[in-house]
Amino acid sequence: MADKKDSAGLDAVDAGPVSSDVSGEHHAGNEGDASEHASVAALRERFADAVVRHRVYSGGQHVVWIAPEKSHEILAWLRDDPDHRYDMMSDVTAVDYGNGRPVNMVYQMYSTVHKRELRLRCELPLDALEIDSVVDLWKVADWLEREVFDLFGVTFNGHPDLRRILMPADYAEGHPLRKDFPLRGRFSRAEQTRRALNQDVERFYRAEDLSAGRAPQEVAPVEVGTLASDDAEGDA
Amino acid sequence: MAQKTIELEVGRGREMGVDGNPSLSPIAPFDIVEPDMNTEHMLINIGPQHPATHGVLRLVCELDGETVKRVVPDIGYLHSSFEKLGEYRTWNQIVPLTDRMDYLAPLIYNCAYVMAVEQLMGIEVTERCKVVRVILMELDRIFGHLLWLGTTAIDVGAFTPFLYSFQERERIYKMHESLTGARITTSATRVGGMMADLPEGWTDQLREFLDTFPNTLAEVHQLLTGNQIHIGRTQGIGIINGEDAINYGFTGPNLRATGIDYDVRRDRPYYDYETYDFEIPVGEHGDCYDRYLCRMEEMQQSVGILRQALDRLPDGPINVADPSISLPSKTDAMSDMESMIHHFKVITDGIPAPEGDCYFAVEGSKGELGMYLVAEEGDTKPVRWRIRPPSFVNLSVIAKLAEGHLVSDLIMINASLDIVLGEIDR
Repeated sequence: MADKKDSAGLDAVDAGPVSSDVSGEHHAGNEGDASEHASVAALRERFADAVVRHRVYSGGQHVVWIAPEKSHEILAWLRDDPDHRYDMMSDVTAVDYGNGRPVNMVYQMYSTVHKRELRLRCELPLDALEIDSVVDLWKVADWLEREVFDLFGVTFNGHPDLRRILMPADYAEGHPLRKDFPLRGRFSRAEQTRRALNQDVERFYRAEDLSAGRAPQEVAPVEVGTLASDDAEGDA
Repeated sequence: MAQKTIELEVGRGREMGVDGNPSLSPIAPFDIVEPDMNTEHMLINIGPQHPATHGVLRLVCELDGETVKRVVPDIGYLHSSFEKLGEYRTWNQIVPLTDRMDYLAPLIYNCAYVMAVEQLMGIEVTERCKVVRVILMELDRIFGHLLWLGTTAIDVGAFTPFLYSFQERERIYKMHESLTGARITTSATRVGGMMADLPEGWTDQLREFLDTFPNTLAEVHQLLTGNQIHIGRTQGIGIINGEDAINYGFTGPNLRATGIDYDVRRDRPYYDYETYDFEIPVGEHGDCYDRYLCRMEEMQQSVGILRQALDRLPDGPINVADPSISLPSKTDAMSDMESMIHHFKVITDGIPAPEGDCYFAVEGSKGELGMYLVAEEGDTKPVRWRIRPPSFVNLSVIAKLAEGHLVSDLIMINASLDIVLGEIDR
C-alpha cells in the first residue's frame, strides 16, 4: 500500500480518480471473543452463516461484520428481541477504503434498556452498492441514509425519499466522500462556477409538485447554458 | 363545512403559575367554524437567509391558511466537506476543523474529537487534563445553552433574556480568549493533552463567573418560566412522546424533555463523570416548554459540576509524557537534539494510529455528539472521520413536530430544537 500513502496529502488534491485495480484483505486486528458481549454471542449462534467476522477495537468496542443481504433481518431482530432491544440507532454511515476495496456500511447502535452498544458493518462491493433501508425500523435512518447515498452513492432499497441532502440536487460530479473523488471536485473551477451561475432556483419546490403529493424535489436534467432569463419582467 | 376547534392549553394548573398560584389563560378556547371554500394550499419558503431559522436553513412549507400541512427542510448551504478535508490532514491538524462546526460550543467539539483519537490509539491522558477538559466542556454547555436561550426567547417576543444571556456569553468569550487567544475558533486541544495549560488567574475568573451567573439564571427564570405569553407560545407545541423520540433519534435535552432519562455522561461515562454529583433534568410532556425547562436546569447543574471540578483540579503535567505524541517545549526543541527530532517527527509525520475503528460519544450541548474514526495500521491521517451531528438528527424530526401547527409555532419549534447549521451541513 506504499503508493496509497504517497498519493495522499495535498499533492493528491488535483489527482484524478484513483484506479480501482488493487484489492486486498485488510482486516488484521484481533479476533474478538464473542463471550464478552452478549449480543455478539447471540448473533454468532442465531445467524452463524451471516456473521462474517468479529473484532474488538480501541479499548473494547465490538464490531461485527455481517452479510449485506441479511442486514435488514439481523437489524430488525436486534431491535426487537427482548434480550437485546437496540432501540437507539446512533449513527448510520459508510467507509470507503479506496483502491477498489468494498465500501463498508456502519451501523452504530445503543440499547437504552440494557445499556449496551454494538457496531455492525456490512461490506458492499463497488459494483453492487446497495443495501436494504432501515427507515422502517428506525426513523432516524431517513436523513442518515440520504447522507450516505449523497456522499457515497450507496442505494438504499425501500427508502421512502432517497435524494441528495447536503450536495445540490443536480450535482453532477459524483459522490464526494468516495476515495476516487479528488478533493477539489471533478470539474474545473470555471465549469463549477458556470454551473452555479446557471442554476434555476425556481426549479425546486414548485407549488404544483407539492399539491400533487409528489416528492418535492424532482429535478429534470437541465442543460447548462440553456436557461435564458424568461422572467425578465419579474425582476424590474 | 369543516368544524375546527382551537384549544390553547395554557398553564397546567398549580405548578405552572408564579409562586404556586394557578395561572390564567391569556386566550380562552374558542371555536371556529371554517367554511370549506375549496382553497388551494399555499407554498411558502422560509430562509435560507432569515434570522428565525437560526442559520442558513431553508424550510419549504405547505400551508392551509396559516396551518402547516407539510415542512420540507432543505439543508446543505453551509456544506464545507469537513469530513473529506479531514482525510487529507494529520490527527492534530484536524482540530481546527472541529470548532468550526459547532461554533456555539466549540470546546466540546475540540474535546470530543481528541478524546476519540485517544480512544483509538489507546492514549490515557493525565488526571489534570481530564479535569480541565471536563471544565471546558461544562463551560461550553452553558455557553451553547445561553445562545439558545437568548435567540429562542427573542423568537417568541421576549427581548430582555437575549440581552442577559449575551452579557453572560461575553464573559465566557473572554475566558475563551484568555485561554486560547480566540473567542470562537478555540482549537484548544491536542492529541494527548491541551494546546496550553490554564493561564494564571483563569480559575479565579471562572469562579467569579460561577458566583454571579446563577443570579442571571434566576432573573431569566422570573422573566420566562411563569410568563403567560411564553407559556402560551411554548406549552403543548411540538409534542413528541418518548418512544418516538428515541426512534427518531432525538438525544440531549430534546430527548430528556420527553421523559426519557438518557444522558451520555451518566450512561456511558467518560472522564470520571460518574464521580461528579449532578442531576439529569427530565421533562414530562416533550413540548417546547419542557425543552426550555430542561436546558435551564442543565445550566444550573453545569455550574455545580464546574464548582466540583475546580475543587478537585489536581496539579501536574497537562500533556502525556510520551514524546512521540506530545510536542516538547519550545525551549527543549531549540536546545536539546533529541527533543528537536521528536518535535520534527510529530509535526511532519504525525502520530501513527493502530488499525481499527472507534466510535466515541460525548454529551454535547445539543445531544449525543459522536466521533467515528477509521484508521489502518500506522496511518497518520484518518481513512474516515465521521461526525455524528446531534443537530442534524434533531432537525430531521421537525417535519413531524410541526405538522398541524401554525406558522408562528413552526418558528418556535425550530428554535426549541437548538440547531446549529455549521454542524448540520459540516
